[in-house]
Order: sequence, then structure tokens, then C-alpha cells
Amino acid sequence: MARMKFLCDAERCIECNGCVTACKNEHEVPWGVNRRRVVTLDDGVPGERSISVACMHCSDAPCAAVCPVDCFYTTDDGIVLHDKDLCIGCGYCFYACPFGAPQYPQKEAFGVRGKMDKCTFCAGGPEEDGSQAEFEKYGRNRISEGKLPLCAEMCSTKALLGGDGDMVADIYRERVLKRSSRPQTWGWGVAYKADS
Amino acid sequence: MAERANTTLNGRDPRRSRRILFWSLALLLLGTMTLPMTGYLVTGVNSVEAAAQQDSSSNPRSEFWRAIRGSESGVTQVKGQETDVLIQNGGQNWREIRQGPLTTYGAIALGVVILLIVIFQAVVGKAKLETRTGRTVTRWSMVDRILHWYVAILFIILAITGMATLYGREVLIPLMGKEGFAAFAAFAKPVHNYLSLFFTAGVTIMLVKWITQNIPNSSDIKWILSGGGYFDGVHRPAGFVNGGEKMWFWILFWGSVAMVGSGIFLLFPNLDWTRETMQLANIIHGISSLALIAGSIGHIYLGTIGNEGTLEGMITGEVDEAWAKQHHGLWLDEVKGAAPEVSGGAARPSPAAPEK
Repeated sequence: MARMKFLCDAERCIECNGCVTACKNEHEVPWGVNRRRVVTLDDGVPGERSISVACMHCSDAPCAAVCPVDCFYTTDDGIVLHDKDLCIGCGYCFYACPFGAPQYPQKEAFGVRGKMDKCTFCAGGPEEDGSQAEFEKYGRNRISEGKLPLCAEMCSTKALLGGDGDMVADIYRERVLKRSSRPQTWGWGVAYKADS
Repeated sequence: MAERANTTLNGRDPRRSRRILFWSLALLLLGTMTLPMTGYLVTGVNSVEAAAQQDSSSNPRSEFWRAIRGSESGVTQVKGQETDVLIQNGGQNWREIRQGPLTTYGAIALGVVILLIVIFQAVVGKAKLETRTGRTVTRWSMVDRILHWYVAILFIILAITGMATLYGREVLIPLMGKEGFAAFAAFAKPVHNYLSLFFTAGVTIMLVKWITQNIPNSSDIKWILSGGGYFDGVHRPAGFVNGGEKMWFWILFWGSVAMVGSGIFLLFPNLDWTRETMQLANIIHGISSLALIAGSIGHIYLGTIGNEGTLEGMITGEVDEAWAKQHHGLWLDEVKGAAPEVSGGAARPSPAAPEK
């Protein structure tokens, strides 16, 4: 069984924000919600690096551990999904997540947040695969169609890799050898403690 | 003599040759032990040099990644809360505390309080009111009683909805199922959030109104040292509020400050509190709330089953003189001495008045 992972090659990311746009368009994500974002470090100085980040689909997901209504589940492919019918919008997953992945459509007084939304690795939710209900709540289910996440698929420099962790690691290892650089599997140490 | 004969035979001194043998063996042994260690000397010198070199030129790239791991922020085009931070580490600490000591010790504390009450009730039993005089004195005015029950009812609703958030997953989901509990939690969360405002107003007025009569004095110390008379049956004289009640007042006072204060942060995510602030507020809210819930269980026991005649004071406002004599002797003296007509009912003596 595949173990789905994201890897952003910081030597290649050019901060075009194409992944962010592709995600928003594919899933018709509402205003104010960004399932993916690009962060640039040391902006404008030598050594500047950009990294695209979204839900990393952690092995021992902190969001799932702290959820009061236990609405998270991990698919056989290692993708962390959640059930919006159960979510009460308490915000705990956002406090716990290292990557700032959980998003809320609202943010108002008296703790009103709406149902949490986050990257699904283009794998939808608990509804029937490809159904209208699934699309409205979670966006497109590309995994069920045999496709990989759109953000990684359309990345112009192929900096963002998404797919089976072993294949992603192989591609990255080859790149590191070719350019004789040091490997930097960004975020993997935080996200994939148990099985990487 | 035989040795001597040998000596002359070989023309050599055997003692000397044995000595040579011994010392050469010893030298050999010493050499085999110490010579390989010269390697350490070489590497030792080298590593000191290497360390000196490393200090002057550490790898800038590794420093870069280490800084990101440590919640360093950058620049992003995506607007939102802390979107410029790649990894925040506070969440892990928050998770460990909330899922660990907070829930565990919280549950233990509540269990211990209930267990102690059961043991106390079984071994010592309630403080009975042996005889009733039939005459009553006014203890709680209508305003006090309304304040008390208003705060008490809201406290219980907030405690149930709050504990459902902390313990619901372990306790209620196995009973109600995920869907059932989610439906309850989706209702409990706004109830908790909106009623908290009314609770805050009530508890603030109540604490301010009752603060003067709860300032500790010397009779309280004697009362507390005697264990409140719960164990020997001898009630030390107490004023309008006894030492135990004052202890509960101050637990409620500081507990409420922490609970309400942290709750305000949690209530307004729209004010863009950082995740770190929210994590800390959540832990403080949990600890103070659980402490107050544990305390209130004790308070409810002592106010109802534990002390006969106490509850009627908070319901009707009137207490029997025998009860007043038993529990608040100094206060009864004061009431009797100051104004005999008070027993009829209107005014309550100033609790701040000096006690005899």
C-alpha cells in the first residue's frame, strides 16, 4: 500500500504560488480559506528559499489527537481526512497542527469559526467518491480517479512532489545526487515520525 | 646449595637472568598497553583543532533549517493568522499537556473529591441539627439568594458543557456514538460560549458583593485548625461566614479570575490571538475550571447532605436559631445583641461589624 506524502524541494520552488491557485480553483475553496500557502524565508537576501506547505498528512496526526469529537480518520494511503458533519469548529486542530493547515471559513466573536477545512490530498471526504455532496464539502476527489494532488501535478518547476512516499523519496534522492547537494526533506521529521 | 652448584656450572648468575627476564616482560607489557594509546593523543589534538575551526565557520544552511524548525517566520502572499510561520512547535507541548496531565490529574482530582465525600459520609456522617428552636433568623437576603442560584445554575451548565469538550471523546462517544456526541457538542459549544458572558457578570457581582464579609480573621484560623468541628463534633465559634466558607470563597475568587480571564481569550479568536496564547489560555482554563468543579462538588455536599439545615438558608433565606448557634455562634450573638427584632426578618447585620 502506498503511503502518500508531500515533499517541497526548496532548491526548486520559485514562489509562483501556482500550487495555491490550482488548489483554490480545483476545489472551489471559499474566500479566506487557503489549503496551501507558499512561505519565503530570507526574502530578498542571498540564500532566499521558498517552501509550499499544506497539510502534511502526519503519521501521528496532532489534529486527530486533540479533536474533541474525534472527526479525523486516516485512509489506507496514509491521507488524513476529516468529517465535516462531526466538526464543531472548536479550533483545537489549529492550535495543535505544526504546519498551520486547518482553516476556518469564519472567525468571529464567541468562538464562531464554522466547519474546519484543510488539504485533503485531493482525496475528498467520507461521502461517496465523486459525489456532489463530497465536492461541496471537501472539493474534488482526484485520488479516487487515479490522479495525484493537483498542486504537485501542475507545479511548474516540479518543486512540489506529492505521491507515494517511497517514490517521492527516490525522485528527490536522484536530484540530490545529481546536484551534489545535501538532502533536505523539509517537514518530514515533524510529520512522519513513525514510518519514515 | 644446589643453586650455587648450577651457577658454577653455567658460569652465570640465575637470579640476575631472572631479574632481566622479569623487567623485560614488564617493559613489554607496559609498551603493549601504552603505545596504542598514542593514537588518542594524535586524534585528541586534531579534534581540538577541528572544534576550533568549526566554531569559526558553522554551516549556514543547517542553521537556516534549524531556525525554521524553531518557529521562524518568513514572508507569504496568503493572508491569515500566522501564515508566515512554517512550523509552530507550541502545539506539540499543548497536546502533551492537554492529553496527558490535564485530563489525567483532572479526572483523578474529581474522583478523589467524590471518594473523600463518600468516605466522610460513611465514617463521620452529616452534622445533624439535633433540636430545632422553631425561631428563625434571616441569613440570606433575596438578592443574595438569586445571585447564588443564578451563578450556581450557570456554573453547572458550563461545567457539563466544558467537561464534555475535555472528556466527551473518552466518556460520551462510547455511549452516544460519534454522530450523537457531535450533535450534542455542536449544541454545547455555543451554549458554553454564550452563557459564559452571563456567568462572568453574575460571578463578578457575587464575588464583589460578598468580598467584605469574607476577609479572614483570627477566629477563622481557630476554626480551620479544628477541622471545622467536622471530626470532633465541637463547633468553634464563627461569625456570619466561617473559616471553611471563606476558604471556598477565595478558591472561587482566584479560580474565577483565572477561568474567566483565560476564557476571554478563547472566546474571541477574531482578535487574532496567536496560537501560543490560545494554547496557554486553554491549559489555564482547564486547570482552573477543574479545580473549581472539584471544589464545587465539596461545596454542594457540605451545603446539602453534609450539614443539616444549611440548604434551607439558601432557599428560604431563614435559618433555625439552633443551626445558627451550632455553626455561626458569633453571628447569632451579634444578631441577638444588636437588634432583637431582626429575628422577625428584614435586615441582616453588617457582616463587617467586629465580632465579640
